[in-house]
Amino acid sequence: MNPAFLDNSLFRNIYCYLAGSSDSCAERGYDTTLLPAGFEWLAFAITAFLIINIVINAGLGAVVVYIWGERRILGRIQNRTGPNRWGPFGSLTSVADAIKTLFKEDIVPDEADRWLFNLAPILMVFPVLSVLAVIPFGVGTFVVDLNIGILFVIAITSMSGISVVLASWASGNRIAIFAGMRSVAMLISYEIPMALSLIGVLMLAGSMSLGKIVDAQDIPFILVQPLGLFVFLIAAQAETSRTPFDLIEAESELAAGYLNDYSSMKFGIFFLAEFLATIVASMLIVTLFLGGWRGWDPIPSQIWFAGKTVLVLLFIMWMRFSWPRLRVDQILSLAWKGLFELTLINIFVTAILIAIWPDPGITELLIMSAINWVVFFISIWLVSKLLRPGDYTAPAPRTDRPTYPVATDELPDEVAYTGGTTR
Amino acid sequence: MLEDYFRQYGILVMFLMVAIGVPIGMLLLSYAAEFIRVRPAQTSKVKRTSYESGLRPFSPKPRLFNIRYYYYAILFVVFDVETVLLFPWAIKYGVLSKEFGLIAFFAVLVFLVVVTLGYLYAWRKGALEWTRSTDN
Repeated sequence: MNPAFLDNSLFRNIYCYLAGSSDSCAERGYDTTLLPAGFEWLAFAITAFLIINIVINAGLGAVVVYIWGERRILGRIQNRTGPNRWGPFGSLTSVADAIKTLFKEDIVPDEADRWLFNLAPILMVFPVLSVLAVIPFGVGTFVVDLNIGILFVIAITSMSGISVVLASWASGNRIAIFAGMRSVAMLISYEIPMALSLIGVLMLAGSMSLGKIVDAQDIPFILVQPLGLFVFLIAAQAETSRTPFDLIEAESELAAGYLNDYSSMKFGIFFLAEFLATIVASMLIVTLFLGGWRGWDPIPSQIWFAGKTVLVLLFIMWMRFSWPRLRVDQILSLAWKGLFELTLINIFVTAILIAIWPDPGITELLIMSAINWVVFFISIWLVSKLLRPGDYTAPAPRTDRPTYPVATDELPDEVAYTGGTTR
Repeated sequence: MLEDYFRQYGILVMFLMVAIGVPIGMLLLSYAAEFIRVRPAQTSKVKRTSYESGLRPFSPKPRLFNIRYYYYAILFVVFDVETVLLFPWAIKYGVLSKEFGLIAFFAVLVFLVVVTLGYLYAWRKGALEWTRSTDN
């Protein structure tokens, strides 16, 4: 067993507990031996299975907490109470939701393609869970640290487009098909700025491994790559179809979009995938731009990672609660005419800066970040000028329209609105 | 060393199997709930009609779709290939510019300029517009 594997402390602690007699574990001071010598492969398999289950269950548990937290905060922001029935402060609401989805009747419409209809929710949650495999959660706390980590993330999250079109087509619903078409156009459009915004990070870090990117962040890349973070944040919101970009299930236009004919556990799986995707997106933002698990010493690195993730999640929630849904042409023109240019500008500027300072230290990075912030504001200003709709001049009112008398009588007292609070 | 490399992908494959097992397990759990009769299974013909805002479905299933979606799909393929080509360059860029100076920059500048010209051409031809005004 190569020591590189045993740098992963999550892996090492379980593996060396099982097979402490092997050489590399004995060097590190482990002496417990559950399995006899020669059974290292079994220890390896058990360890891998255990850490995979720890990470996946932690992810699912985080979703339960996150759904409750988001609904509470949404309630506060909209000046209402939010869920408050199950458990203290409604904290068991997500559990109640899970039980409810389990006990609801499962309806498969006659027009649906039964196999694809069942396959779509599985394909929806699978890529989102897989991304958790490559994220470093702390010092030596990860499942695998692939040397092509970012490529893996981008490749596997592209599957969400397939699962959306599968869900919408398989349910055989007219509204769902419209939703699927629209949202696939959106998902593939935002994939390009999302991938291109990471080029600057890759140039600075010199590696695609997420662990190495965290190691390279002597100062967080939010300072050096503001444009990259801006584009990645927006593109991640679109890829997870959160509210400013939720064409996929626009309630007022498409009822519930591709979820129209889904009920019971399948609906629950879609729900899970949507919220897990938000958590994973904010974990990626923390890893790539906010310095990952790096922090100051007395607090353990895992806590730093979790705290930063919660901060990014709060920011994303704030974006969701504050902005109305965009129109389909606005969304697509933002991707193609706004974000694409911003990423090109980012690549050019970062490439020139690295050509000047090929091996940047802290001072050079700070100079770079000063230049990049100036570029950030100027380019955002220019692009917003470019994307601004033309001045709207109201058409002249028709003169041939008959005029109606305007009601001027006051309302009787019992009908009139007497005011009141929303609580 | 190579063995560790494959072991890493072994863990990854196990992760993907567990990740696909989670939703399958959730579905099986719900079928089990139906089997022990805690989940209702009283289907009817009316329940199994597809949802059309409460009305009986009357519109035909759409089989044609707007050509705009196809335009965006083609643009996606074109520019996604570009990103794939830029990834390896970006990783080695720091090392290359240390060794060869500005040549590493100009080598990819040619590629980026060609891509940008293609992008501007697509914009000029109106391929990026969702709605095109009818008077041109």
